[in-house]
Amino acid sequence: MDMPTPDPDILARKARLVARLLQVLPEDAVIHDVAETRAYECDALTAYKCPPMVAVLPASTQEVSDVLRICHQEAVPVVPRGSGTSLAGGALPTADCVILGVARMNDVLETDYEDRIVRVQSGLTNLSVTGAVEEQDFFYAPDPSSQLACAIAGNVAMNSGGAHCLKYGVTTNNLLGVTMVLMDGTVVEIGGAHLDAGGLDLLGVICGSEGQLGVVTEATLRILRKPEGARPVLMGFDDSEVAGACVSDIIKAGVLPVAIEFMDRLCIQTSDKFANAGYPDCEALLIVEVEGSDAEIDAQLSTIMEIARRHDPVELRESRSPEESAKIWLGRKSAFGAIGQINDYMCLDGTIPVSELPYVLKRIGEMGREFGLDVGNVFHAGDGNMHPLILFDANKPGDLERCEALGAEILKLCVDVGGCLTGEHGVGIEKRDLMLHQYAPADLEAQMAVKDVFDPAWLLNPAKVFPLPSSEARRVVPAAAE
Amino acid sequence: MMSAGNEAELADMVASARGPLAIRGGGTRGIELKGEVLDTTGLTGVDFYEPGALTLVVSAGTTLREIDAVLSAENQRLAFEPMDHRRLMGTEGEPTIGGVVAGNISGPRRIQAGACRDFLLGVRYIDGTGQVIKNGGRVMKNVTGYDLVRLMAGSWGTLGVLSQVSLKVLPRSETQATLLVRGCDAGTAVAAMSAALGSPFEVSGAAFDPDAGGAVMVRVEGFAESVRYRTGRLADLLGGFGDIESCDDAEASDRLWTGVRDVEKFAGKPGDVWRLSVRPSDAPALAERIGAEDLLFDWGGGLIWARVPEATDLRARIGPVGGHATLVRAGPGGADRLDRFHPQAAPLEAISAGLRARFDPRGIFNRGLMEPLQPVGV
Repeated sequence: MDMPTPDPDILARKARLVARLLQVLPEDAVIHDVAETRAYECDALTAYKCPPMVAVLPASTQEVSDVLRICHQEAVPVVPRGSGTSLAGGALPTADCVILGVARMNDVLETDYEDRIVRVQSGLTNLSVTGAVEEQDFFYAPDPSSQLACAIAGNVAMNSGGAHCLKYGVTTNNLLGVTMVLMDGTVVEIGGAHLDAGGLDLLGVICGSEGQLGVVTEATLRILRKPEGARPVLMGFDDSEVAGACVSDIIKAGVLPVAIEFMDRLCIQTSDKFANAGYPDCEALLIVEVEGSDAEIDAQLSTIMEIARRHDPVELRESRSPEESAKIWLGRKSAFGAIGQINDYMCLDGTIPVSELPYVLKRIGEMGREFGLDVGNVFHAGDGNMHPLILFDANKPGDLERCEALGAEILKLCVDVGGCLTGEHGVGIEKRDLMLHQYAPADLEAQMAVKDVFDPAWLLNPAKVFPLPSSEARRVVPAAAE
Repeated sequence: MMSAGNEAELADMVASARGPLAIRGGGTRGIELKGEVLDTTGLTGVDFYEPGALTLVVSAGTTLREIDAVLSAENQRLAFEPMDHRRLMGTEGEPTIGGVVAGNISGPRRIQAGACRDFLLGVRYIDGTGQVIKNGGRVMKNVTGYDLVRLMAGSWGTLGVLSQVSLKVLPRSETQATLLVRGCDAGTAVAAMSAALGSPFEVSGAAFDPDAGGAVMVRVEGFAESVRYRTGRLADLLGGFGDIESCDDAEASDRLWTGVRDVEKFAGKPGDVWRLSVRPSDAPALAERIGAEDLLFDWGGGLIWARVPEATDLRARIGPVGGHATLVRAGPGGADRLDRFHPQAAPLEAISAGLRARFDPRGIFNRGLMEPLQPVGV
């Protein structure tokens, strides 16, 4: 994975930059010791590492504004960082950059149950948002699996999803407003506690822009009342093609489950062993969850199980207690961890039309055999968001490269059947070089034109999202203002 | 007038345009702009529809009537419930999906299901230089590159001419019912709607008509048994706010919501019509300040429709507001004197102008529609 060569001129000005940053931040918020900057050398895509020149931890919107103004004047690239849980390398530094971490901004600023919103600082973790409102039985809907650790800032940057998007949507559908600092230090307020932001939908384009348009310091989020209850049903099938057809039939029938999760044999066995979830021995497993009152749940599950029976399941098990529900979910939720126990793995995130599931699963199996690597599949089937897990051995020379090559082929397959490279993890550096497989050069130009407007000097997270040759002319760093 | 029959023709027309273009679909929103009319109603047809994947891809000039027919056959619908402007605006013609998306037109169900922009999966459009650009696709989750899909929704044709849109569709509900809570003033009404929307009973519409005896309307949709259960629970919850009446007949309930969606109570009445998107709890005090001849509240109070005498500067009347006010219907020349869209803070206005300049460098698309009348200093 190529990254731009660090600018020696910027590196030479480190001392001046640090001195200026110390004028606006407390000493412990400016990390410039070479050993200490190591803590910021990577995110959850740990195959790539590079300590930044400096890391800063501002505690307020004003401090973020001061930092960005200085970096703008000094023409130093800035890489924003939430909690560093990106699987795509979204927060990977370059050696000549300033990492701007929002971890110290983690206050809940306002909770309003009447208007059903919560306003938070962007360093707050996803799960803490729900934590702040659950005493009144409310919750924040997007639930990425890293929700214990990931920050709202990163959720907004990557437009994060989760298992329950089929019903509740992703971050962009639950974000009402932001306070954001532009690269030149200007603070802007977009949207608020009202439902639709006025003017052009700037909020829509900021969400998912991978920290390239501005640094979000506060967010107004929609909160929802928890349903009366939820209950999953577990279905096992002898054939993943049949499981795929069952998903499509459930959706067509007019019941809209809150989640439909899929696991293949490798993931079923591994996570069952790990979590003792009591999963059946079969080729494909679905977990379908519905919400409502007990009677509503009964009615919906009876329709869903009726459909499942038509597909000859080897197992059809409706949860009969909260303990049983937890057990059914436990295996699914620990799937990544379970796989991680037996192997190194790379988690992909391509999304496909639901109808293509059987074909894509078959092709992934074939491609894995061609590359000599095992691939497990565990994903959100209701919305076609796949998570193929390619197993490899990091200690074996050439294995990572082979794994990446297979990953690229699988993602291209996702695009070719009408899907996309990434459903919820973001492009970062991981899928950057595949962007031209999905988009024509003119399509990427249109996207880069947006960055030109928000960040004309291309200083914010500049080496991400777009293939380096496509963005090269824009990334020519201007000389620092004297 | 120029009429394109397909995307390539549309692109050619834009590329060879010599002056401003007024982009038009069904023309039902009564927006008159300077420039040659670029008619998109020739770009029709369902290009792809997969009920099992809840996805629909259509050319931008396809009428909502045709889309509704196609989706109804599979018992599905556009869940964002787009408004039909014809009665309010006194216009004719057939609303097109391109127009709906360009205006991000969403109805009462927006409060629960989301807005038009939330259901938009992908777009193809012609930029100001005549290039065809695509963004998004036809899958439900897509974070590949910047989200120009949402940027195009609600850009009112100022950034590009839509040629094709992909949408997420949803199953039609088996039935619906509406609870009416009578005898409410605006304050009680918003409190009642907040209670309903803050309940676990999945309210899909919450509106208030201060006339008709001050009636709050709360809609519930789903299968029959569930609708019965939830209206029962909601009746218990809302009993303290006023006199409860239940409209259990699905057709009658649907007619009520069509009336809210299309602001039928303003139809045929004189004056300007404004649409305010606000924080629901601010709505009662704002309504006082508006001093309108007629009001209708939707979205639990978050959307206020106001009818005021022609040329009233409603924004000046209400003062600073957390939200925005749009002039939807004005008398002749009204939009030349008052900004149609709410002026934004200077840095946001500068970003918007910058985006227009990049997407449409010659400034030919719907000139003047979204720019403020008074240039904003930065």
